[in-house]
Amino acid sequence: MNRDDFPILSQDFVYFDNGATTLKPQCVLDKMNDYYDYHTSNIHRGDYDFAIKTNEEYDRVRSLIGQFINANPEECIYTSGTTMSINMVVFGYMKYHLQKGDEVLLNKAEHASNILPWIRLSEEIGIVIKYVPLNEDYSLSLDAIKTCVTDRTKVISLAHVTNVIGDVRDVEAIGDYCHQNHILFHVDGAQSVPHLPVDFKKCHMDFLSFSGHKMCGPTGVGVLVGRKELLKDMHPLCYGGGMNSFFEEDGSYELKDSPIRFEAGTPPVAEVIGLGKAIEYLMEIGMDKIHEHEIELKKYLLDQIQDIPNVILYNKNSQSGILSFNLDGVFAQDVSIYLNHYHIYVRAGNHCAKMLKDELKIKNTVRVSVYFYNSFEDVDRLVEALKNSKDIFKVVL
Amino acid sequence: MDANLKREIILDNYQEPFHKGLIDDTSYCKVNTSSESCIDNLDFIMKMDGDVIEDIRFDGEACAISTSVSSIFIRKLIGKTTEEAKEILNHYKNMINEKEYNADILGELNAYDEIYKQPNRKNCAMLPEEAIEKLLEELNNGE
Repeated sequence: MNRDDFPILSQDFVYFDNGATTLKPQCVLDKMNDYYDYHTSNIHRGDYDFAIKTNEEYDRVRSLIGQFINANPEECIYTSGTTMSINMVVFGYMKYHLQKGDEVLLNKAEHASNILPWIRLSEEIGIVIKYVPLNEDYSLSLDAIKTCVTDRTKVISLAHVTNVIGDVRDVEAIGDYCHQNHILFHVDGAQSVPHLPVDFKKCHMDFLSFSGHKMCGPTGVGVLVGRKELLKDMHPLCYGGGMNSFFEEDGSYELKDSPIRFEAGTPPVAEVIGLGKAIEYLMEIGMDKIHEHEIELKKYLLDQIQDIPNVILYNKNSQSGILSFNLDGVFAQDVSIYLNHYHIYVRAGNHCAKMLKDELKIKNTVRVSVYFYNSFEDVDRLVEALKNSKDIFKVVL
Repeated sequence: MDANLKREIILDNYQEPFHKGLIDDTSYCKVNTSSESCIDNLDFIMKMDGDVIEDIRFDGEACAISTSVSSIFIRKLIGKTTEEAKEILNHYKNMINEKEYNADILGELNAYDEIYKQPNRKNCAMLPEEAIEKLLEELNNGE
């Protein structure tokens, strides 16, 4: 779908590393260049025409984000990406609202950015991290979550879609459960917001984090969505220009309201504007349609890859565009180097989910992650290369 | 060295690596080596007898290149003095980094003399060398 929108796709390659980052359509690049070419200026401080235009463009993106994931614009904070967003939740909010012994539920399929900040917080204030056991197919169920909840459970933080297994968690049911039981619910949307419809309000999310570059937007920009009431009590991690109302010699100061309060200094203006264009572009295609196409591609890939004798699959069942596998007896990185020889770009490694090895019993996998611009021909090329991988070492050595 | 022979040496040492698997012995010194640019993650242990390397072993998850380099290095360095080992390590480093080196003392390690053509694999080829160099330093400083 929409392959012509991506100038980079005129080259001969198959891009299957969309879980890491996505390609950029011309309209996003044009939008950012437009800012640099025709109205470069800082935000919130200028009275001249360029600055007024930049302001309008910059502020409008907040409304687009709100519309995209169903939140109020003032609940949407621009960040540098998912990692920063989660760190803001943990060290800006949780640090001041959790106490020693309070329990946070995570699970071993999470990305480092949704585990390490919590480990650090447990060192700082003594919260207790509990890992909800995964199902046999490495998915996570609400029932398993319920068995781990105690009177001290204050937070559940999880990825909507995990980045190795690609299972889609039932965030609506989990959110509903959290809401009823007064548990704070943080969702890492890095792998879901780009690929399927996400509804912040309907799922009773308290916080939602995601990145721009994984959804056709530029690097360096992401979003933290937080419920208005919670953001009032969240502390900024950065202090400086733009976010204060006044400060005096006697040390008194007042901060602006959310979301500006959390955006100290000059933000990535071009990137925010580019992200806005990416969101408009995705909405035009339709998130349902994107998700459907990815599921079809995965099914098409599965149908063929299952017949290749030395392929070991780890996540046949997950309903997303992610497939993790290994070739028996071959190190994952050697497979990705082999595929690179045929200009097929995949990722090998633990994909930052370093605890998942306890469940998979293997540290490294090859990950194929698709997006809407991937075609059935892309899949054919991958399958063909894997079928001919008997002499893999003749190629990689 | 002929390309087929190189491949054979690398594959043999990848599929049946020498001294792979650690042992629980406190008389060994241990280092871990990993890199952000590749996903190899290896542990090395070494034991000295005076100035002579008595034993080296390794374990971990790693690609064909770094596993085979580890295997060949270990076979080659056991029984060598620190100075002899350092000389081999230096010539190997020079080979990988396209500097002048003495091919005669590298033996099977010459199988990697064209690895510089694949920049992303240079790293894999260097990991075992770095680990062994670190072990030699630690063991010699400890004395």
